[in-house]
Amino acid sequence: MSRENIEDYLFPALMFVIVIAAWELFVRVEHIPTFELPAPSLVIETLFKDWNTLFDSLLVTLSTTFEALIAAIGGGVALALSFRLWRPLERAFFPFAVVMQVTPVISIAPLLLVYLSSGEAVLVCAFLVAFFPILANTSLGLASADHNLIDLFELYGASRFQQLWLLRLPSALPYFLGGLRIGGGLALVGAIVAEIAAGSAGSGSGLAYRIVESGFRLNIPRMFAALLLISVTGICIFLFFTGLSYLLLHKWHDSMRTRER
Amino acid sequence: MPLISLRGVTKAFKSGTVALESLNLDIYEGEFLSLLGPSGCGKSTVLRIIAGLTDTSGGEISWRDQRGLGFVFQEPTLAPWSDVFDNVWLPLRLNHVSRSDAKPRVDEALANVGLTGFERAYPRELSGGMKMRVSIARALVTKPAVLLMDEPFAALDEITRAKLNDDLLKLRATLGATIVFVTHSVYESVYLSTRICVMAPRPGRVVAEISVDPNTNRDEDFRLGPYYAERAREASAALQDAMGSAKCA
Repeated sequence: MSRENIEDYLFPALMFVIVIAAWELFVRVEHIPTFELPAPSLVIETLFKDWNTLFDSLLVTLSTTFEALIAAIGGGVALALSFRLWRPLERAFFPFAVVMQVTPVISIAPLLLVYLSSGEAVLVCAFLVAFFPILANTSLGLASADHNLIDLFELYGASRFQQLWLLRLPSALPYFLGGLRIGGGLALVGAIVAEIAAGSAGSGSGLAYRIVESGFRLNIPRMFAALLLISVTGICIFLFFTGLSYLLLHKWHDSMRTRER
Repeated sequence: MPLISLRGVTKAFKSGTVALESLNLDIYEGEFLSLLGPSGCGKSTVLRIIAGLTDTSGGEISWRDQRGLGFVFQEPTLAPWSDVFDNVWLPLRLNHVSRSDAKPRVDEALANVGLTGFERAYPRELSGGMKMRVSIARALVTKPAVLLMDEPFAALDEITRAKLNDDLLKLRATLGATIVFVTHSVYESVYLSTRICVMAPRPGRVVAEISVDPNTNRDEDFRLGPYYAERAREASAALQDAMGSAKCA
């Protein structure tokens, strides 16, 4: 490993350790009460102590996030393909997609709770926020195929399916994966926001509900422990899709390659 | 009898720009025809019309017999997600030729452009000249009767360009295809061609024709000889006249 590579990992790790140590020190020296700011050591201790409750909630949130994400991928890609194959559909549907995107999910959640069960409402909220970046990016990618390559396909009499399979889909792949990285994070955000809305309505057992519940009980260490789990989940989702992008693009796409200097 | 004949071809774009006006052009079997002219004189439009990639606004195009076309763009225009083999296989693949059936033809096309051994390389791993060779191999893999080349070497450095010019001449001698070559370089057109059509802009039309003896060897001696210099002077003068004859709006 080169010196630059070591520095790439060493400096962020060092900064992380310094911040955590300073936090721990500050809480201990200033005798900050745990209901105001718990020390990192207490947060970790609470995480282990309440692991069963928190892990069950984590599974609920994760399940919502991934169900919403799978639905957003299926819906976003199918609709983007339909837009490409039949342009009037794009003109008809795109305004609705934009309205869904620009309306804050927190304002839709209470309305959805009127019509749906809390579990369904949370799922729909998470779907709504993850759907648009996947739809928008995939649509953009499908429209971004090299015009000379389109001419080449036309010259050799390619069918619409061949053009889609051999040209438009590979062209759209980096855009789709970009949408997936954004959508993956947003699905978690949507699930958390909707869980908070649903939780305040009196039901739900996801991580966000645990945060609200801990707040009511002034159990701030558990609140931090739940927050930590949400952050780690978000990081894992991001790393997973970044890894997937690397796997699919590193051989040919500029975004995944570094030039030697 | 010409292989391809364009009679009174006119092309006007929706913006109102008249790219070509009453263009007459005959392309004969086995010749190397260069379309020489300044930017915006409709050279590329002529190629696109021959390839059927754009419609005409008027006039007629006739083919003696409709045989295969190959097209080489100004940029290499390779699929970046496919390796060299798959890029060259593409025209055959679009005609439902399987990878195994295509392999001998792809190997031959790559050998013709000197890229044997680079089958598994991705376009971004290749130099500009090598990418252009892949593009030429892809155009040749279907063994086209007519090869259309739209300023293929314009973006390359002088040394690579000279090498590719020589390689193109060797390929032509081997394959015997008719080549229509768009360029704005007087020297390149004289070195490569058997006939040069000089085009004038606004609107695009053929204003002069210069023949270059097809029986002369195209090598360094040719490039340094008086015959080449005379043809280049002639082409250059025709080009100057063409640029001066533009109908300014």
